[in-house]
Parts: sequence; structure tokens; C-alpha cells
Amino acid sequence: MPEKLFFENPSLLLAVLAPLAGAVLVMLTGKRPNVREACSFITAVITFGIVVSLVQPVLAGQKLICHVSYLLPGLSIALRADSFSMVFALVAASLWIVTVFYSLGYMRGLHEHDQTRFNACFALALFGALGCAFADNLFTLYLFYEIVSVSTYPLVAHHQDQEGYEGGRKYLTYLTATAKGLVLPAMIVTYCVCGTLDFSDNISSGIFPSEASRVLVTMTYAFLVLGFAKNGIMPFHHWLPGAMVAPTPVSALLHAVAVVKVGVFATTRVMLFTFGVDTMDAFNLGIPTAYFVSFTILAASLIALSKDNLKARLAYSTVSQLSYVILGVALLTPTGITGGLIHIVNHAFGKITLFFCAGAIYVASHKKNISDMQGLGRVMPWTFGAFAIAALTMIGVPPVGGFVSKWYLLVGAMDAAQTGILIVLLASTMLNIAYFAPVVYTAFFCKPAHDRAYEGVREAAPAMLVPLLITASLSVAVGIYPDFFLRFIKGLFL
Amino acid sequence: MVACISGDWPILSVLLFLPLAGILAFPLLRSDGAAKLWALGVTIITAVASLALYTGFNPATADYQFGEHIAWIPSLNINYALGVDGISLMLILMTTLLSPLCILCSWRAITVRVKEFLVCLLVMESAMLGVFMALDFILFYIFWEAMLIPMFLLIGVWGGPRKIYASVKFFLYTLAGSVLLPVAMIALYLASPTHTFSIPELMGQPYSASLQCWVFLAFFVAFAIKVPMFPFHTWLPAAHVEAPTAGSVVLASVLLKMGTYGFLRFCLPMTPIGVQTFAPYVLALSIAGIIYGGLCALAQSDMKRLVAYSSVAHMGFVTLGIFVVNTAGIEGGLLQMINHGITTGALFLCVGMIYERTHSREIAKATGIGKVMPIYVTALTIFGLSSLAFPGTNSFVGEFLVLVGSFQSATLWGLLAIPGVILSAAYMLRMLQRIIWGGTHNPDTSYLKDLNARECVTLGLLVVMVLWIGFAPQPFLEVFHVSVQNLLAQYQAGLPM
Repeated sequence: MPEKLFFENPSLLLAVLAPLAGAVLVMLTGKRPNVREACSFITAVITFGIVVSLVQPVLAGQKLICHVSYLLPGLSIALRADSFSMVFALVAASLWIVTVFYSLGYMRGLHEHDQTRFNACFALALFGALGCAFADNLFTLYLFYEIVSVSTYPLVAHHQDQEGYEGGRKYLTYLTATAKGLVLPAMIVTYCVCGTLDFSDNISSGIFPSEASRVLVTMTYAFLVLGFAKNGIMPFHHWLPGAMVAPTPVSALLHAVAVVKVGVFATTRVMLFTFGVDTMDAFNLGIPTAYFVSFTILAASLIALSKDNLKARLAYSTVSQLSYVILGVALLTPTGITGGLIHIVNHAFGKITLFFCAGAIYVASHKKNISDMQGLGRVMPWTFGAFAIAALTMIGVPPVGGFVSKWYLLVGAMDAAQTGILIVLLASTMLNIAYFAPVVYTAFFCKPAHDRAYEGVREAAPAMLVPLLITASLSVAVGIYPDFFLRFIKGLFL
Repeated sequence: MVACISGDWPILSVLLFLPLAGILAFPLLRSDGAAKLWALGVTIITAVASLALYTGFNPATADYQFGEHIAWIPSLNINYALGVDGISLMLILMTTLLSPLCILCSWRAITVRVKEFLVCLLVMESAMLGVFMALDFILFYIFWEAMLIPMFLLIGVWGGPRKIYASVKFFLYTLAGSVLLPVAMIALYLASPTHTFSIPELMGQPYSASLQCWVFLAFFVAFAIKVPMFPFHTWLPAAHVEAPTAGSVVLASVLLKMGTYGFLRFCLPMTPIGVQTFAPYVLALSIAGIIYGGLCALAQSDMKRLVAYSSVAHMGFVTLGIFVVNTAGIEGGLLQMINHGITTGALFLCVGMIYERTHSREIAKATGIGKVMPIYVTALTIFGLSSLAFPGTNSFVGEFLVLVGSFQSATLWGLLAIPGVILSAAYMLRMLQRIIWGGTHNPDTSYLKDLNARECVTLGLLVVMVLWIGFAPQPFLEVFHVSVQNLLAQYQAGLPM
């Protein structure tokens, strides 16, 4: 067994603080839009650069630690970069750069108000997301989780109309009520039982003593899995469709990448590093969780089928796809865990492309409903082409990224000898096809309502088109070269 | 037996009488402006001098430090005895820190009888310090009652439209509670073997169980009204709403702590059997306060009332922590006392700043001001998040400790407090949302001006405290730790085997 090395590394703190500094800079330069956008962009690049600089040591088997402050015995604010955190950090940091460009095009294209606030909150949300990625203990995770909740409220309610406030209210109600009502008591019980909230340094042992009461551990586990409601598990998923009132770049980055991924990341981090595979096995928590989230996978897909509004359909697709991640990890087999975690990556690249497309379609043609997009694909071939590729990733067709996830998930289900899960995965794949194929079909193969339906409609501005093509290519790239991210995940099993 | 360590020079007396001595110069000051500057100077000097307590304090011992002892009425064994331990030190520092802020926040708000107002504030500061420093029961009682008069005047003279009603209600309530305090005092005096009023000597005596229960009840009424615990809280919203900002700050930050301080200083070490007997009922009242305060706060349209009811809920957490009687609970309770002082005091300051601008405390009159007052709403957000125990702020650490303490000793009570945590998020976020954003139709607030330098300094200091305790509470907890351990040891020793 290779030696596990812990290194104190302050650049971790820089990676987390860079977006915070970016947010401050954006606020200070708000009066000059070009400078402001440059600040966003430079911060995103610097953040990405710092995260990338951590790749090499982490791949070499090191664990980087940065202690920020000490509150109580066993309760501190500390950051760590291990292979688990790098997966999420790399995805979030890289997609932030792309999104900065995209939102530039989107917000200016629609002459949106309060762009300074928008950009500042965006950077703050990334601050929270990276903090979650690098959290070394449950408390730090909770801290940044809450920062994400609060800093994204202004983004969700951005339009400041009735609908925006309604969505924002629902968003904050669901997320804070679950965090306060479920995660906080679970944290306190964990602290009382284990005396610490630090994550374990491997995925097998966890921190709970083996003699801990079964009822208490099971209850804590359920509270934590449901409490991180950003993971979209039913019945606490309702905030997600409600949050779709936000401008599309927000939906794209936050609701396909940062916010929801913070939810699944937190959930899986806790499953693997607070409870650990052994404890979850011993208390038989894994397979019931897998079946529990299977309901979400299927039900959300069925709801997605019924939605004509493109963003709503994508939202329910997200709810469904997020549960794949949890399902995979809950199988507790190496392949299952790999499938679940790699889906964080594949879903991120795919779903952000889909949302980018939805936004580009809206800016170019002001169409929101799928039924109004008949033949639109011929006018916007690049956008819909990217949409089709991303849809393939959601469905899990080779050689696009989603295939890798599905492959590992299916193998994981077989390893765990769970035929039921296999059926769920296959059924959900069918449902994925059922709700994505009609979009592509309508756009490319249906005739417009009348000849001049799309007069004056063109592809969206390059600031929007280029990012969505990049993310679409990336989702193909992670399908062809899955090893880049798989290396990190394999590091967990060493 | 806890000893009393004397200092080289009587720093406690200096701190105690500095504000009072400051009053002597008032006849010489001609203008109101000069009086304000003078009062500010006196309180700042007191605050700076009080830092000597922190630097000179030895957290490794539970003894009373900086002790002073002068025989006062020897025939009755009454002494002028002062001393500070880990439990009172932070409360003293908080009092001296908040006093200059009270004067700063009244700079423009008080325009009539300015000197008299300042005199009240200074008398108040001395009396509050006296309560936390006194080691003699009679002396404690004198300061305890002395606080009522300036507070009564602060509300009754400089208050809002219903000031007379509010001040009389405040006075009657707290006086009614205090009536039983001397009874308890004399009972203990007579029961103690040495017939003493010395607080350290009264602790840990083998009083009979029935005496302890009766004395506890007498203490409880006095302190519970002061906290205020549900259902003795009704004076609080009235007093807060009518009091001037400085009055509300003093009331919320320091006066309420007198009650919980009393529980810690008297009930736990002197009447442990009483505490053990009645703890379940007190815990039930604490939970009721947490939930009831939260629900009432949720229903308010007046900012000040909202913060007042949130106080009831927050103080419920403090009493919850104290009466689960374990280290985490009591340390959490103590920290929460400091946190509540900082956060709620700051929130009252924020309300006052809005009131000075809009002449209304209705949330509806100040909705959607995020754009015109960005600095203000940033500060308000920090204090609001602190009030709802957002991680990274002071209250989180306190609330976390209290909940850990209650889960350790009384899991059921801990679980019952969780809805209160959610409620606090609900009413605070709702208020923040309305003030910062509002709805689709907001009143015209474009005439409002953002904070000036004086206001920024006032709130800035408190922001620093919120984040300091939130990220590095150890310097504060270290001060408590040994004293709390000693308190628990005294409590355990007093219980029947």
C-alpha cells in the first residue's frame, strides 16, 4: 500500500479565496463593464490555474491540507485537496471560465439589469463551490454549502419580478430548512458520537466507531443524505425547477454544475468519508439508498417527459441525473463508486451544454417551449448540433462521456448483484431517450409553422456559441479520454 | 473553596467608578456637543482600561481575580467585595465595549435633555459593571436594583409614543421579580454557617433540599423575568419598541444577560438540588421560548419587535445550555450570551439607523433599500446571518455548543430546539429579503443616504467581533473553561450521592 502523505499547502486557500477576491473586484469595478468582465475572466483563469497546479501532487498520491482556523476540539475550518476533491474542483473551475464568456454574451444580448451584482454573486457562488470541493471536514463543508445557498439567492431572484421572487423564496426555503433542520442536527450527533467532524482519510473506514448505535447512525445518515437538498433527491427537489426562473447562465453553471454538484458532492463525500464503505456495509445503508434514489431517477424522468418548457425539462432531467451519482456510490462497489463519481464530470459537461443551448435559443429566437421550436435546428444548426451531442451524453451513448458513467454504473450494479438497479438504469436510459429525442427531432425534422416563422433568427452571438461548442466538445473528449478524471477516482481505491 | 486573588491596584473599582466620576464634570460642560464628546471619551477610556482585565486575567485558575475587599457593615458581615472570574470577565468586557457604541448611536438621535441622557447611560454602565463584579450579595443587589432607575428613565423620557406604558411595565415586571431576591438572600444568609453575604462563601454550603428548592424558585422568578424567559417575556417587546436605540442596545446586550448570569452565579453553585429538581421545567420553558419567540418574530412587521422577539428565542438557547448542566452546554450558553449581546445589539443599532432616516420601524417602509444603502445592507446581512447562526459567525459556535450540550444530556430537548433553529432562519432571511430586495412595488427610498463614518465605525467594530468569534472562538472559550469546570464541580459536589 503506497504511503499516504499529508502536506500543508497554502495554495489551497488561494484557490478558494481567489473567487472571493474576484467578487470584491467585480463590485469595485462595477461602473466600467469591460473592466468588470475582465476581472471576472482573469479571476476565473487564475482560479483554474491554481486548481490545475494541484493536479500533479494529488496524482502523485499526496493529500494537501490547509488549516485555516480552529474553533473547538474536533471542529475546525480546514481545506484538503485529495483525488476526490480534485474531480469536482477541476470541473467547477474550468467551466467557470467558459461560463464567464457565455454570460457576457447572454446578459448583454438581453440588456439585463444589475450585471455587477450578477457577476459578483456568480463569483461568490464559485467561492462556495470550491470551498465545498476542498472542505476537509463536515463543518467546513457545511459552511461553504451555506455560502452557496445565500450567494445564489440574488441570482435566482435576478429578474426581481413576481416569478423571480417566488422561485427565490422556494429556493431558499428548501435549502436552508433542510440544511438547518437535517444537516445541523446530524452534524451535532456526529460530533457527539465521534468527537470530531473531520473526514476520514480513506473511503473505507469512516469516522463512526463500530460500536455506535445502529439507530443513531442510520438516522444521522438519512439526515445527511436528505439534508444536502441541493442533491435534488425527492421529496426535497422542488427548489430546482423553481430556480429555473434565473437567467440561463445561472441555470447552466449553478444548476447543472456548481449548486447541484455541491449537493451530490457533499452527499457522496459524507457517504464515503464520514461513514465509509465499511460502516455503510455494516449498517446496511448502501443498497436501500440506491433503491431510494432510484425512485427519483425514474419519477423525475417521467415528469421531464411531460414538460414542454425546455428549461423545465432540463431541470427535471438534472434531478434525475444527479441521483445517478448517489446511486453509483451507494452500490459501494469500486465500479459503482467510479461510475457515480465520473458522472459528476460527465453530467456537468453535458448539462451545461444543454443549458447553454437553451439560453442561446432564447436569446436568438425568444422561444422557451419545445413545441415552438419546429425546424429551428435548420436555422441554428450549431446550437442544436451541440444540443444533440449533449443529449447523447445524458442518454449514455458511446463515445460521449455519459457512456463511461453508464458503463461503470451498470458494471457496478452487476458487481453488487442488484438486478433491480440494472432495470432502473436501463429504464431510465429509455426515458432519457424519450424526453431528449423529441427535442432534436422537432428542431431538425419538423416543419416550421409557416415559412417566415424564423425570419431574422440567426445563431446566437459568438460569445454564446463558442462556449457551448467548447463544452459540447469537452463532453465528447471526456468520453474518448475518460482516463484523465478516472485517474483521480482510481486514487481513492489505493 | 475558590480563593480571591487581589491585584496590585484596585482596577475593578477604577472601572466601576470611572463612568460615575465622569458625570461630575457635566456641570462644567456648556454645550451638548461637548457633553457627548466627554461621555464618549469616558466610555472609551473605560473600555481601553478594561482591556487590562483581559491581559492580566489568568485563565488557568477558577479563582476570583483582581479581588478587592473592604469591610462595609461589619456587624452584618456586609463587605465591599469585588472580583472577576471567567464567567464574568467577558460580560464586563462586552459592557465596556458596547457603552461607547451606545453613545455613538445616540449622537444625532437624541436632541432633548442630552446631558441627562448621557448621565443615565453612564450611571447605567457603572451599575452594570457592578452587577458583574460584585462578590457580596448585598452589593450585587444594590447594583441590580440601581440599574432599573436609569433604564426606566431612558425608556420613559426618551422613548417612543407609548413610553410611559412601556417603562412602567418594564419597571413593575423587573421590580416584582427582584422582590424575591432579598428573601432568597436572607434565607441563605441565615442558613449559612458563618452568616455571610459573601457570594463565594455562600456557594457549596450543605443547605437542606427544601431550602434549596425554595431559594431556587425565588432566584428563578427574579432571573427568569430579567432574561426574559417565556412566559415572563411580555415586558420585553414593549420596552424595546419604545426605548431609544441606545436603551435597546443596553437592554438587549447587557441587561438580559443579568438573568442568565444570575443562574450561573447563584443557582448552580448555591442551589444545585433546586436546579436538578426544576431543570426539566426550565428546559421546557426554554424550548417554549425558542419556539414561541421564533413564531412571534415571524409574524412581526416592525423591525424592532422582530429583533425583540428573536431575543426571546436566543435567550432560550442560553437557558437551554445552562440547564443541561454540562461543559458544552454552559460554555455554549456563556458564549451565546456574548454573541447575543453583540449581534442583537448590532441589529438594534441597524434598526435605529433606519429609524433615523425613515422615521419608521415598519419593514414595509424600508423595503428594497439594497441599492441605495449598500454598506448598510451588507452590515445588516452579516448581523442577520449571525442572528440565524450562519456557520462562520459567532452565534453558530455558541448554538452548536449549546446543541451539543443538550444532545449529550437531554437529547429530546436538543431535538425540540431544532425547529427554533429553522424558525430563526425563516424570520431573519425574510426580513433581510424584504429590506434588501422588497417586492415588485417598493416605496421610493432614493432619498436615503448610506451610512456615514460614525455609523460605519459603530457597526464595523461589531462586524469584527462577529467574525472573530465565528472563526476563532478559542480566546473567548479559554477564558470560560476553567471557571465552568469549577462551577460544574461545585454543582456536582452539592448533589446528593
